[in-house]
Amino acid sequence: MSQAIAGPLLEVERASVRFGALLALSDVSVSIERGEILAIIGPNGAGKTTLLNVISGFYHPYEGRILFEGRDRTRLSPPDVAELGIARTFQNVALFKGMSVLDNLMTGRLLKMGGHFLLDAIWWGPAKRQELANRAFVERVIDFLEIQSIRKTPAGKLPYGLQKRVELGRALAAEPKLLLLDEPMAGMNVEEKEDMSRFILDVNGEFGTTIALIEHDMGVVMDITDRVVVLDYGRKIADGPPEQVRKDPAVLDAYLGASHD
Amino acid sequence: MTELLYAVFVGPFRDMASSPAFLVEVLIGGLFTGLMYSLVALGFVLIFKASGVFNFAQGVMVLFAALTLVGLMERGVPVAAALVATMAVMVALAFLIERVVLRPLVNQEAIILFMATIGLNFFLEGFGELLWGANVKRLDVGIPDRSFVVAGVQINQLEMSAAATAAVLVAVLAVFFQRTRIGRALRAVADDHEAALSIGIPLKTIWLIVWSVAGLVAIVAGIMWGAKSGVQFSLSLVALKALPVLILGGFTSVPGAIVGGLIVGVGEKLGEVYWGPLVGGAIENWFAYVVALVFLLFRPQGLFGEKIIERV
Repeated sequence: MSQAIAGPLLEVERASVRFGALLALSDVSVSIERGEILAIIGPNGAGKTTLLNVISGFYHPYEGRILFEGRDRTRLSPPDVAELGIARTFQNVALFKGMSVLDNLMTGRLLKMGGHFLLDAIWWGPAKRQELANRAFVERVIDFLEIQSIRKTPAGKLPYGLQKRVELGRALAAEPKLLLLDEPMAGMNVEEKEDMSRFILDVNGEFGTTIALIEHDMGVVMDITDRVVVLDYGRKIADGPPEQVRKDPAVLDAYLGASHD
Repeated sequence: MTELLYAVFVGPFRDMASSPAFLVEVLIGGLFTGLMYSLVALGFVLIFKASGVFNFAQGVMVLFAALTLVGLMERGVPVAAALVATMAVMVALAFLIERVVLRPLVNQEAIILFMATIGLNFFLEGFGELLWGANVKRLDVGIPDRSFVVAGVQINQLEMSAAATAAVLVAVLAVFFQRTRIGRALRAVADDHEAALSIGIPLKTIWLIVWSVAGLVAIVAGIMWGAKSGVQFSLSLVALKALPVLILGGFTSVPGAIVGGLIVGVGEKLGEVYWGPLVGGAIENWFAYVVALVFLLFRPQGLFGEKIIERV
């Protein structure tokens, strides 16, 4: 397990989220350490995606705080969160379906392309150089994810497993400090899951990217993660290394005793 | 029977061949009208692509822009200054629409946003007349409404300047949206709002940009139309003609809006002049809608629109 260098990368402090009468998250505190792979697990409706949405700015908690690199950023909008260096994928694959794989990744890198939105329009010499430099990085991501052969294919035409991989690529193109993956392996076969596990481990190993992921496949969770946070009915019921969490009676209860799938 | 067939399929073409200079004049007239449809349709497409909003108020935006320009000029503001002020007004309008109409309705159904733009339509219509009065105004931007003859063809200086301006505008927009990051961001927003947000594209800024651009396009359309037939309420009815243009060109295609507008403009002019006498005229009024109907039946995605493929 990776050790923290100077405090956690991200802290969720006692966050609560409410949708009408439903308490989707209730007083949840989670810290994400630099360099680790954290899994967020729990039965359906436990609040896992809500937690991810809170971290990425899509929802704002009505109570509690979120700190990134020690600074309060509880009420930032999703684009501002992206600017901090937090990238994410979605449970139901949200790709730019009309664009090629390459364009999807280049778009993912939009924030890394300096210069000014409007100035680019008038004077595109520097913009062009920027484009080439960024293209080089995107090609690295394409090589890394082994999707060279589909770089010109419109993303919407790809099979589901590959779409998930392209979505990961788009997030990686932004060179995030924190990568949030919402069920990166949902709907995949065993082989695809093995590939995806390998990519996630490599991203963490080679780029040192901190990763928080939601996953249902316990085998995968046990294999690739450093730490597991378990949610149930919007509350955190366990937090620790996989071996320990697996034996936790509260967790066993949530999954076996009181399954609300 | 043969006489009828002759009158429909041979006569008009014989007329065209017998006076090519006149045919060219009709074509130019058609292209000019078509260009104005294109500009209105272009405003629709930009907004529809970026925000999924079908902006019913696009036609009234044309009227509002022209009214503002004329109103300022009537109060003694020089043309150039009035033009800059009108541009500022249209950008301010875009800002207000984003704040007051779009932002509170974010994530609502498309039909609700559509209804909101109908409201916007009535508001702008009333507000424009309240500010500048409801009488027909002459718009004189300083280009003489003179004609000169080239190779037997009458060419109107005003129409030519207007067409050139529109062409430059379209070219600038094409470069703007294809060569810059805004273009990519715009396409991203059109494809998936959530994903666009997650990679750091500020939706609000994109909306402000497309509504502003739609406003600027409306100014050019307003000037072209206003200089030709006066600034009056009927200007907003151009929007109705833009609808069949959109069906023809495809709701999401910028080239489609332009080509569609030109086809409708030329088609209805040719129809009116050469086939009109057969049916007692007024072909101009319904031609566009019949074309749209045919397209809806056989090619609902339009000439350039993306075919909708649903994965099952």
